[in-house]
Amino acid sequence: MYEILYREDLAPVTKLIEVKAPLVARKARAGQFVVIRVNEKGERIPLTIADFDREKGTLTLIFQEVGKTTMMLGTKRAGDYLASVVGPLGHPSEIENYGTVVCVGGGVGIAPIFPIARELKHAGNKVISIIGARNKDLLFWEDRMRTVSDELVVTTDDGSYGRKALVTEPLKEMLSAGLKPARIWAIGPAIMMKFVSLTTQPFAAPTIVSLNSIMVDGTGMCGACRVSVGGQTRFVCVEGPEFDGHQVDWNLLLERQRIYVDEEKRALEHWKDHGCGCDDGC
Amino acid sequence: MPREQIERQEMPTQDPQERIHNFYEVALGYPEEVAKLEAQRCLQCKKPRCVEGCPVEVPIPQFILALREGDLAGSIRVMKTKNNLPAICGRVCPQETQCESMCVLGKKGQPVAIGRLERFIADWERSTGVQKPEIAPPTGKRVAVIGAGPAGLTAAGDLARYGHKVTIYEALHAPGGVLIYGIPEFRLPKDVVRSEVDYVLSLGVDLVLDCVVGKTLTLEDLFADGYEAIFLGTGAGLPMFMSIPGENYNGVYSANEFLTRVNLMKAYLFPEYDTPVKIGKRVAVIGAGNVAMDAARSSLRLGAEEVYIVYRRSRDEVPARAEEVHHAEEEGIQFKFLTNPVEIYGNDKGWVRGMRCIRMALGEPDASGRPRPVPIPGSEFDMEVDNVIMALGTRPNPMVFTDALGIERTRHGTIVGDPITGRTTRPRVWAGGDIVTGAATVISAMGAGKRAAADIDAFLKGAFTEADWHVKKEEVPAAHP
Ligand SMILES: Cc1cc2nc3c(=O)[nH]c(=O)nc-3n(C[C@H](O)[C@H](O)[C@H](O)COP(=O)(O)OP(=O)(O)OC[C@H]3O[C@@H](n4cnc5c(N)ncnc54)[C@H](O)[C@@H]3O)c2cc1C
Ligand SMILES: Cc1cc2nc3c(=O)[nH]c(=O)nc-3n(C[C@H](O)[C@H](O)[C@H](O)COP(=O)(O)OP(=O)(O)OC[C@H]3O[C@@H](n4cnc5c(N)ncnc54)[C@H](O)[C@@H]3O)c2cc1C
Ligand code: SF4
Repeated sequence: MYEILYREDLAPVTKLIEVKAPLVARKARAGQFVVIRVNEKGERIPLTIADFDREKGTLTLIFQEVGKTTMMLGTKRAGDYLASVVGPLGHPSEIENYGTVVCVGGGVGIAPIFPIARELKHAGNKVISIIGARNKDLLFWEDRMRTVSDELVVTTDDGSYGRKALVTEPLKEMLSAGLKPARIWAIGPAIMMKFVSLTTQPFAAPTIVSLNSIMVDGTGMCGACRVSVGGQTRFVCVEGPEFDGHQVDWNLLLERQRIYVDEEKRALEHWKDHGCGCDDGC
Repeated sequence: MPREQIERQEMPTQDPQERIHNFYEVALGYPEEVAKLEAQRCLQCKKPRCVEGCPVEVPIPQFILALREGDLAGSIRVMKTKNNLPAICGRVCPQETQCESMCVLGKKGQPVAIGRLERFIADWERSTGVQKPEIAPPTGKRVAVIGAGPAGLTAAGDLARYGHKVTIYEALHAPGGVLIYGIPEFRLPKDVVRSEVDYVLSLGVDLVLDCVVGKTLTLEDLFADGYEAIFLGTGAGLPMFMSIPGENYNGVYSANEFLTRVNLMKAYLFPEYDTPVKIGKRVAVIGAGNVAMDAARSSLRLGAEEVYIVYRRSRDEVPARAEEVHHAEEEGIQFKFLTNPVEIYGNDKGWVRGMRCIRMALGEPDASGRPRPVPIPGSEFDMEVDNVIMALGTRPNPMVFTDALGIERTRHGTIVGDPITGRTTRPRVWAGGDIVTGAATVISAMGAGKRAAADIDAFLKGAFTEADWHVKKEEVPAAHP
């Protein structure tokens, strides 16, 4: 059992928790993820390690409530426990001094992009960041991102804060104006990563994305997370989660993310019908 | 009744028409009188051939003798001198190719039903309270066992009985390995696995779950933490695919994913349990091992109307246990022999719609000694299916090797290990089970765990040192590939 030490609401559907998992914290690095289970009957879901504290033995996880598991997780408070926290899984981001880099975070993707931006900054890069969300309420960590970025652009789809645009727009302008970043990291919903990749491709700007496929065990055993990269089948959990965005078969990823939509709806209804918010996943 | 006139006793099973709608156990076990009657058949051979057929050398005539004399406690005690997991072995061992294949009664008629008797006494013990064996006084030595499958559990149990302090590290959230995530409830109830795991833990073994060695901890960390020996029993869990077009369509599963969803995550109880699985009307399972049978029979129970086993060789080469093939046939699984998929079709939403196959003929024997299947040109045909489950076999998961220096591996990804001692090419690290042999059997994994435990014990007690470390590098043959 893994204790939640702290919890914060970043936005109406975006929550942050700090979980005690000393063995995982000891090894965690930017770009990696954990697989958690909320309770004994719960699904195993992957969440990126948004931050970690080796001394305190804690991990920071940020999640958006999209379905039953993340909503159930959203009911947890400090002092509650998670049934499992496994990790750190996946490869860490390759951090070097590349020169100038761009970090693009969309929606809940701002969480995983933060530690990467921070390490890139530490490594001596000039970090240009673009963060965006559908609206102002969904934005978070602007201040944190500012501390690790040389430049920061904030966008919202509806213009309720920052610039009214999708994250791809300022990115395209920068590239058109002659910016030649050594690498671009983009993390967010698959559809956003797809369009970032399509935006940067004509400029031949190396673009790294962190793929959020459906997973079960997260250790290479099930093959649920397979994606096609450069025409080859790859497992996101053990070979990723980061891949070359220009090589990813985005339509396949988007289709595979929809496998269980009907079942997910049923699970959510079942849970809401029982509506007790109790711990046994009923 | 004279011994020779007693027939081999059948074990009652759930009716096929009923059981395809539930996940309850298919085979129901012998009642006590029937077990005793079956036990009467054993000739108590002076040189029992059956024992030679058993990878862990269970004293078969002795446990059968005690059973037929009504000394059930004595019978299980004899069993457990060699086998820590009898309720599991009694259910899933391929007895027909091991102990029972050697039984002298089998020469002329039917061998003694050794597996069913084993199951009977193990179940009797579970229902009356499990006894603890003698444990040697503590040696103060610590051993780490990686992986809580049959190999790891057996090694841990034996090492604890030798008096060492053992901790098992397991990547998943539940112990048991394939027994818990792969083999379905209707063949091996999970509370049977749980109670045999609890027995191993009751010997003083610690269990750390949710810990992926190579990621959460490395072997170097474990040595630094003061472990004096490490046993690797991490199995062969990495699924294989065929690399044919269409393999990534929605509705194509690896058997591992499918079975993990159903067994470990209990998708058959969805939405009470959160993890779903998606099964259509027609399911094709590729392969014909135990894994394929389990996937096919689970599909049926999840509501599929037609389930096919598609296998590129013929019935004679089917690697699954005879009993399971028999049960599958009774349940209406359809076998397509000498057939191999070449492409999977999808619809415009990315879902499986059908599968193109080619007919095969059997040629000369290949490296495995079995006839090589060769495609018959121009014999392609299509099957309409909503799901394809790939049960083509598995390979060792390389995760444990991150930072594991000095452990040599074969080109198949398995560990180069000494078949007798389980030693790897790195001193103080032993390995056994599927990670050495490739996908094999529960009992061969247990045998490897036992032999390694004995060698580890000898090492920890000073019978040899790191300077004497040597490894006989024979490729260990798998029971079936
Ligand atoms: C490596 C990795 C890291 C991730 N990190 C984070 C993170 O830091 N924070 C976070 O909020 N989420 C993250 N995700 C996504 C997260 O795992 C899913 O949101 C979660 O599994 C949804 O579970 P649920 O039961 O609440 O929703 P479900 O009921 O399973 O799904 C609800 C809806 O969300 C969609 N959905 C399901 N899974 C995903 C997914 N993997 N990606 C996008 N949409 C999905 C479904 O199609 C459905 O429409 C990550 C995924 C991966 C693979
Ligand atoms: C569906 C199916 C049906 C089968 N049916 C039969 C049958 O009827 N009869 C029979 O005899 N055999 C059967 N087998 C084969 C048998 O189950 C295996 O041969 C046996 O389980 C191998 O045991 P093992 O201990 O080597 O590995 P496993 O059972 O695979 O256990 C390995 C354990 O190690 C863990 N692990 C892996 N990597 C790490 C890591 N890095 N860190 C920590 N832990 C790790 C895994 O999570 C797992 O729990 C079947 C196999 C399958 C898949
Ligand atoms: S070989 Fe058969 S008859 Fe002889 S001891 Fe073994 S089980 Fe009994």
